[in-house]
Amino acid sequence: MILVVPSVIITLMYFMFQNAPHRPGMPTPFNNACLIMLGVFPLIVMFLITSITMQRERVSGTLERILTTPLRRLDLLAAYGTAFSIAAAAQATLACLVSYLFLGLDTKGSPILVFTIAIINAVLGVGLGLLCSAFARTEFQAVQFMPVVIAPQLLLCGIIVPRDVLPEWLQWISNVLPASYALEALQQVGAYSEPTAIAVRDIAIVIGFAVVALCLAAATLRRRTP
Amino acid sequence: MMSSSSDELLRSGAEPAIDIENLRVVRGKRVALDNISVQIARGTITGLLGPSGCGKTTLMRCIVGTQIIDEGTVAVLGRPAGSADLRHRVGYVTQDPTIYNDLRIVDNVRYFSALYGTDSQAADEAITAVGLEDHRTALCGNLSGGQRTRVSLACALVSRPELLVLDEPTVGLDPVLRVDLWEQFHQLAKRGTTLVVSSHVMDEADHCGDLLLMREGRLLAHSTPTKLREDTGCQSLEEAFLSVIRHSTAAAAG
Repeated sequence: MILVVPSVIITLMYFMFQNAPHRPGMPTPFNNACLIMLGVFPLIVMFLITSITMQRERVSGTLERILTTPLRRLDLLAAYGTAFSIAAAAQATLACLVSYLFLGLDTKGSPILVFTIAIINAVLGVGLGLLCSAFARTEFQAVQFMPVVIAPQLLLCGIIVPRDVLPEWLQWISNVLPASYALEALQQVGAYSEPTAIAVRDIAIVIGFAVVALCLAAATLRRRTP
Repeated sequence: MMSSSSDELLRSGAEPAIDIENLRVVRGKRVALDNISVQIARGTITGLLGPSGCGKTTLMRCIVGTQIIDEGTVAVLGRPAGSADLRHRVGYVTQDPTIYNDLRIVDNVRYFSALYGTDSQAADEAITAVGLEDHRTALCGNLSGGQRTRVSLACALVSRPELLVLDEPTVGLDPVLRVDLWEQFHQLAKRGTTLVVSSHVMDEADHCGDLLLMREGRLLAHSTPTKLREDTGCQSLEEAFLSVIRHSTAAAAG
């Protein structure tokens, strides 16, 4: 399901936009929306999956037990990160293939870059999910972190209202949310054939956010607890 | 405090498996463990007994090194509890089976064997040791409570630990299985493994070489089943335990 759903939804969007008017010479509205979805899905899906899985590990006691074994904490995080990133990679590959081959997605920049940004977003989702799992007591609470953590990012990253027409204080909030940069990078890839400096900077910033989230998550994995 | 069989072993100068001094643990606002000092000799089976909520699990977590302690020291196999190199040498079986229900038995045990860095042969041996070789490919979610406990035990045995800490391993098991499990514990002890087993059922105390009786975060007695009967003059260990409690409360009041 995790594999197919994003592709199905993107296909659904294709038909949504089928009769939507668009100015000649400009990219179709579907083109923009599809690009956004390719970036957003890995973030949301990986966040949900990791936060709930890790929450289960914490509650069931398996995490405490694993931490009594010689396993290093960074190994645990790296294992989680890679396992979910592979899932995310498979998901993004399928979504990209469907979008580019069947739905006529067209970006000036390389599809490889779009794919790369999708993966980085997935790792970011994993990092944020691992981190948030520490603050949830139950799986029910873990799910509720999704609107708290993901929704503001989606609202403020420029999908609904372009960032430069947001009130200034909201622009500031938008500036410290990783999804804003992920989206900007995607839009840059969509608009220019060569990777631009902004795109490279944005990708680096998103990687930075992912690394910080993973490090903070590592700090919440305590071998000794009260 | 009464003497125990550990005392004799330790008097000969052998290094204890567990050496706890003036341990005090506060959980939340409650004092979970207060002023506990005890030595446990290697190769013994020590029963940790007391009513539920008396601090058995907290004490075990201290030994494994997952509990933040407020005062005192806990040394395990000559190292501070929780040291990195102890993680290969100490096995811990929690009260609730901590296994993955969506994995098969053999995958669970292999996962832990990978964490401990042992081979898949160790995993197979551990599964055989707990008598689950006929079910090795069964999903853990479909197992009975007792079977899940045994999978959890196998996950600890797989590292061939020198010290095995078992939190209520026989709860909810039928009598036949219990006898089997205790038989295994004895064999492990014979091969030199030190075992700490908690229980709130007194009739299991007879399986242990040593007994630690706990109540409300305090250690009431460190004894052996035989000595406990002699000292209290009671035939059943249940009564003996109650008698120790009465003595200690009387002493505290007087």
